[in-house]
Amino acid sequence: MQNIVIAPAIMVGLGLFFGIILAIAYRFLRVEENPQIEEVDELLPGTNCGACGQPGCHSFAEEIVAGTQQPSGCTVASPDIIEIIADILDVDPGDQDKRVARLRCAGGKAQAHQIAEYRGFESCHAAALVSGGGKGCSWGCLGLADCEHACTFNVIQMNDNDLPVVDIDNCTACGDCVAICPRDLFEIVPLNHKLFIQCSIPLEGEAARILCSTACDACGRCVADAAPGLIRMENNLPIIDYSSGEIATIEATFRCPTASIQWLEGAQFEVKEKSQTPSDDPYARIL
Amino acid sequence: MNFHRSFAHGVHPEGHTEQTEHLPIQRLPFVKRYILPLGQHLGAPAKPTIKIGERVQRGQQIAEAGAFVSTTLHSPVTGWVRAVEPRRHPNGKLQAAIEIEADPYATQRLETKPSIDWKALSSNEFITHVQKAGIVGMGGAAFPSHVKYAVPDGMHIKHLIINGAECEPYLTNDHRLMLERPDTLLQGIEIVRQKIGAEQATIGVELNKADAIALLQKHIKQGNYEHIQVAPLRVKYPQGAEKMLIKSLFDIEIPAGQLPRDVGITVNNVGTIIAIADYFNIGMPLLERIVTVSGPGVEQPANLIVPLGTPVRELLKFCGGLKDTTCEVIMGGPMMGLPIASFDVPILKGSSGILAFTAAETSKPKEYSCIRCGRCLEACPHFLNPSRLARLSKAGWYTDMTQFKAMDCVECGACTFSCPSGIPIVQLIKVGKMEIRKASAASK
Repeated sequence: MQNIVIAPAIMVGLGLFFGIILAIAYRFLRVEENPQIEEVDELLPGTNCGACGQPGCHSFAEEIVAGTQQPSGCTVASPDIIEIIADILDVDPGDQDKRVARLRCAGGKAQAHQIAEYRGFESCHAAALVSGGGKGCSWGCLGLADCEHACTFNVIQMNDNDLPVVDIDNCTACGDCVAICPRDLFEIVPLNHKLFIQCSIPLEGEAARILCSTACDACGRCVADAAPGLIRMENNLPIIDYSSGEIATIEATFRCPTASIQWLEGAQFEVKEKSQTPSDDPYARIL
Repeated sequence: MNFHRSFAHGVHPEGHTEQTEHLPIQRLPFVKRYILPLGQHLGAPAKPTIKIGERVQRGQQIAEAGAFVSTTLHSPVTGWVRAVEPRRHPNGKLQAAIEIEADPYATQRLETKPSIDWKALSSNEFITHVQKAGIVGMGGAAFPSHVKYAVPDGMHIKHLIINGAECEPYLTNDHRLMLERPDTLLQGIEIVRQKIGAEQATIGVELNKADAIALLQKHIKQGNYEHIQVAPLRVKYPQGAEKMLIKSLFDIEIPAGQLPRDVGITVNNVGTIIAIADYFNIGMPLLERIVTVSGPGVEQPANLIVPLGTPVRELLKFCGGLKDTTCEVIMGGPMMGLPIASFDVPILKGSSGILAFTAAETSKPKEYSCIRCGRCLEACPHFLNPSRLARLSKAGWYTDMTQFKAMDCVECGACTFSCPSGIPIVQLIKVGKMEIRKASAASK
């Protein structure tokens, strides 16, 4: 009988002892946190995607309250929420510069020449190790959907042409797809940068054209047609320099023989591609 | 010492060598076009030293070493340089290569040079000579041989091991070399042994090549080679892996992340030694190699002497073409080799075989979940945990893979071979290793 009493008594005693220590610690050692941080953190989406450059939403909230970043740095929250956060803190919301992930390749299975059938396991990383999948091009999209699986927001979907379609309305530019792509094809670009090169082949002329019907063959017409200084050729690929101050226009795309430079108003690819049959390309033989 | 031993773990794939092991080595006739990728060895790619349109002689140097861990390239034919531009490499990528068109009216005779007095060479001169000859490890990895011989100060190589294990199924090129050129082999061993200062040389041969063992022993006795011995080994895969061979012969385990030279051993392939002997005897740099063309999909399997850079298409044509049932052609052995995506890819310094398989051999088993049977653990010669590594790789936890020593994996494929659930274990580990290398390169 005595034993039964002693054990709970000791437990209660220990509980009281540590409880008092904790109470004292809470009273004297507490860290005062700005209540606004908590409030802003509640409003932020809580996805911890990292698109703002911070490791998570809480540290981004700290940054906003400290004034080192503007609320619009969050690309996931809707403009209304940004507005509310700005009102609470009484700061300038800033311009939410909508950015999306774009693929520097448009060579789906209908455009790129297939030289073999890939039968390994379904992953771009594995295919990149084994002869780079079935496509003849060593730089293009492998089409095995590693980005679709990696996307935190489920906005990437592979289409019938084995190209990833990014839902630009919901893309938060978090950069998951940039990190996962074994060919480094994704790029985060502002939505208003509409002129875009959809090819990464560093070859010129016929060597590039035999690989893919939409390959950039470095003819240089876009460089000639755009405002001087806007586009330059580097490594047989046009580089669009938006920081040059020149205005990009749709004219640069008009004379492109392979449609590898595009004026993108919306998504790059359609979810349902029109069924295309591979053309009887005389070059297919060579491969 | 009882040499009838082997390493622990490993697997026993069927040998399938009966198709080609009795066939003498034939010479492949010269063809029209040769493609020599600049990066066909490990390390930095070679730098071309010729101009487009230039006439080159057979054996002339056409590219110099790009760094110390790199080697030279020589023209396999007399002809003209037609291009230096990206061509399809057997790894599927387009990579810079030199294309040479053979002169159809040339005799293609190699101008033999007087033999080099190797005894008079210092070890540094020997290393330069090996690099000048463009010699790499002919077993498959194509690691420049001179780097192996360049031992840092304070290290001493006690043993030279000659790798005649040839543990990959189907391949018989080393077997045929040992049978047909035993004297050249022994002479080459003596050159390398004396130049690197090793006291003893051991040729490790698996017991399924009993004729080669007997022949080499006979020639050692005749030639009075005191410091060379032949060690028969039990048949097991991957015996031909450098570290496994050392374990089999001397029961020494090489610590993780170290090289055989750290324990005083250098391992060379039979083909490498013969290439070195040829260079010092007749001045022939590495121009050609022995390739086994075999597999159930080939009409007439053969062992061929092939000039480097010959398109695979020409080899298959010489062997009577492919059967209609063929569905995959592999470069290298069936366990570690990779399928090729085009027949226009060339034979490289490290291509030991061209194997054609039909649907029966290449059918991909349906993948089931891991049943924790532990067969891959019993198969792994490096005592890793392949199933755990595969699971981590699948989940994308690449940093955790380093903790489980993913980088010690030699990618032999014994785990995938033994897996009853059809999980592509070694492929997943390879993906993980690639990611780990990428991450460590990015952090530098």
